[in-house]
Amino acid sequence: MEKSFIIAGFGGQGVMVAGQLLSYTACETTDKYVTYFPSYGAEMRGGTANCYVVISDEPVGAPKVNQADYVVCLNDPSMAKFKDAVVPGGTIFTNSSVVTIEPERSDIHVVKVDAGSIAIELGAPKVLNLVIVGAIIGYTDVLPAENVLQTAFKKLGAKRPELNPINEAAFRRGWEIGRKAKEEQV
Amino acid sequence: MMEKVYSRPAGIFEGAVTGFCPGCMHSSVCKIICEVLDELGQLDNACYVQGVGCCGLAVTYFDMDTVAAPHGRACAIASSFKRCSPETLVFTYQGDGDLAAIGLAETMSAANRGENFTVIFVNNGIYGMTGGQMAPTTLLGAKTTTTPFGRDEREHGAPMHMCELLNQLDAPAYIARVTAADVPNAKKARAAVKKAFQYQLEGKGFSFVEFVSNCPTNWGMSPLESLDHVHNVILKEFPLGEFRAK
Amino acid sequence: MAEKIFMKGCEAVAETAVRAGCRFFAGYPITPQNDVPEYFARRMPEVNGVFIQGESEVASSNMAYGAAAAGVRSMTSSSSCGISLKSEAISWMAGANLPVVIANFQRGGPGIGTIQPAQQDYLQATHASGNGGFRMLVLSPMNLQEAVDMTWQAFELADKYSKPVMLLMDGFTGTMMEPVELPEPLSEEEVAAIRASKTWAARGKHGGPQHKVMCGPGLDTRISQEQMNERDAELYESWKTTEVEYEDYMTGDAEIVLTAYGITGRIAKSAVKLLRAEGIRAGLIRPKKVYPFPDAAYEKLPLEKLRGIVSAEMSIPAQFAEDVERVVHGRTRIVTALSSGGEVLDRAAILDAARSLMK
Repeated sequence: MEKSFIIAGFGGQGVMVAGQLLSYTACETTDKYVTYFPSYGAEMRGGTANCYVVISDEPVGAPKVNQADYVVCLNDPSMAKFKDAVVPGGTIFTNSSVVTIEPERSDIHVVKVDAGSIAIELGAPKVLNLVIVGAIIGYTDVLPAENVLQTAFKKLGAKRPELNPINEAAFRRGWEIGRKAKEEQV
Repeated sequence: MMEKVYSRPAGIFEGAVTGFCPGCMHSSVCKIICEVLDELGQLDNACYVQGVGCCGLAVTYFDMDTVAAPHGRACAIASSFKRCSPETLVFTYQGDGDLAAIGLAETMSAANRGENFTVIFVNNGIYGMTGGQMAPTTLLGAKTTTTPFGRDEREHGAPMHMCELLNQLDAPAYIARVTAADVPNAKKARAAVKKAFQYQLEGKGFSFVEFVSNCPTNWGMSPLESLDHVHNVILKEFPLGEFRAK
Repeated sequence: MAEKIFMKGCEAVAETAVRAGCRFFAGYPITPQNDVPEYFARRMPEVNGVFIQGESEVASSNMAYGAAAAGVRSMTSSSSCGISLKSEAISWMAGANLPVVIANFQRGGPGIGTIQPAQQDYLQATHASGNGGFRMLVLSPMNLQEAVDMTWQAFELADKYSKPVMLLMDGFTGTMMEPVELPEPLSEEEVAAIRASKTWAARGKHGGPQHKVMCGPGLDTRISQEQMNERDAELYESWKTTEVEYEDYMTGDAEIVLTAYGITGRIAKSAVKLLRAEGIRAGLIRPKKVYPFPDAAYEKLPLEKLRGIVSAEMSIPAQFAEDVERVVHGRTRIVTALSSGGEVLDRAAILDAARSLMK
């Protein structure tokens, strides 16, 4: 089984970290194959950022796909750019706190995650990406949730262990949303 | 038995015939370098990086380990070589086209990093080997094959003074301009080369000795006339002296 | 088994180089390979190696030449237009028989191109990376594990032949991350022994009978240019039997053969299975070294019986396909699947090209 992801948003929304959390978890805690490709541009700051993650039971062929199984859009520009980059039957996760554009496609699923608001509610706007990662895992089960959390503690908590509880809370809030969406879909 | 009072210095191939033109000061500079290396006991421990141009003829002359550099790159190559081989005495041997035109960036940057090697720069104000084209150091008004009407400041810029330029940088440890156009000056030049090598051996950093030289062939002069030209004209543009000795 | 480490391509190459005994690196900032010099800047002091940020591409490649002349395992890297600037020193390395590993993380072109991944330097790498008609062994990894393995191999080959060796990568394999297993590092004693074995390296005569000269033909008084060119020609010819390296994947019963190298090779490889799932018997020839080109890999195919070959690369016009065409020489159809402008070749383009051959 091969699952491909495009994660897109503003620089600063934690897009790259979200992709890396999935990738490191796959590499370090499972036997799965994984690739991570950060798209890069000439601008050092600002603008949109996106990355591609492929997690698979077999060696990964194309680390960058034009059509992904899952697309994550954290802002409107990403939505405009990537809403058509989802395979039919695939799923778009949106950060519904700020995303206003609708995908206007009937052949895909949409999971709206109020990630920005939840992060603010938790007192740390930066954990928006943890909410999203939680939702991805809750919805897809592509990786064991506890493994992703452990990776988050390891990578993000190394320098700032005091953030572990809030990261965990963000992840679990997102996970609930993702799981609920999956259940409602079935 | 007769006493031997003068001979070719060690470090120059026995029986080697120089490729330098008659009266060219390169021969004297090579001799000074070898004498000093011999005196410092460094002949066997020296490696030189050879520029492209007339200076490249030294390869048939110097009995030392040699790394040939592409046009102008001697200071880049000497930088990495010396850092990888800090126990070796390293010097570059370059002319003005090589060092001040195509290799200007390499020269200035190595100097600015304070790389611990020595540059021997032979400045005769012309591209010799390629047949007498304008160099960065060509005097204003001088006719060369590429300035047939004379070097014009508005079109070609004025001569570049490498010692003065390098003296604007913080890092270089030793900068001197000398000549071998007469015996007293040749003695001073020898002292300057010795000082430069000693600076390197003491790990003081970048040392630079510029020889104001001649080119009888491309200047269209006899060797003696070319030496007069050095004294009467060139040295007015390129004054001799020690610019820095840290 | 070594531990799996999730690494970025540029860093995996740099770390492997250090483990392979590379103790000199000079580079110059150019996207998308900046992680290479940045990694060496941090890492070299830990192994008493030397890192220099050169004042230019030209200077950094010449610095790599200088370090090799001192007998040190030496490396430089760049991207496309930067490699063009390095070509001066690369040619001199070939002329002076100096072992240096050069990595090219290809971006678009000609000229400045985009900073996005490309495979547009194929002909430059395999046919003319500088003046004088020299050849280089050119290794092109399809994934990061191969990038690691080939970096190690590149240093071995450079020393074996005392010639420059190129790692032909791309912006994609440089910036992407993937799990890799790194080789055990050479010990300091082993690194020193490799250097000491290079008795030709310059270090001062130290009583030796013959001084050493690192230079190309023309300057060397011991050998004529023609003698040297002939000696090199023999070497290049011998590589065609000793150094050919490629992957042959499921061509045994194939009616269609895909062929691609580097990053495109892995994409083509994954297309083989998809085509077979559709009932199209596809196979793959993937050169791991693009110089020498693996003529034999294509020669041994039943070319006349194939429906055709799909040659895929991230270059418009095609370059790699020229070598394929040279070998196949009209014995079967060749169609190309190409991309440019910074887009990684979409697998769908390869699939479509293969399907077109079934009609």
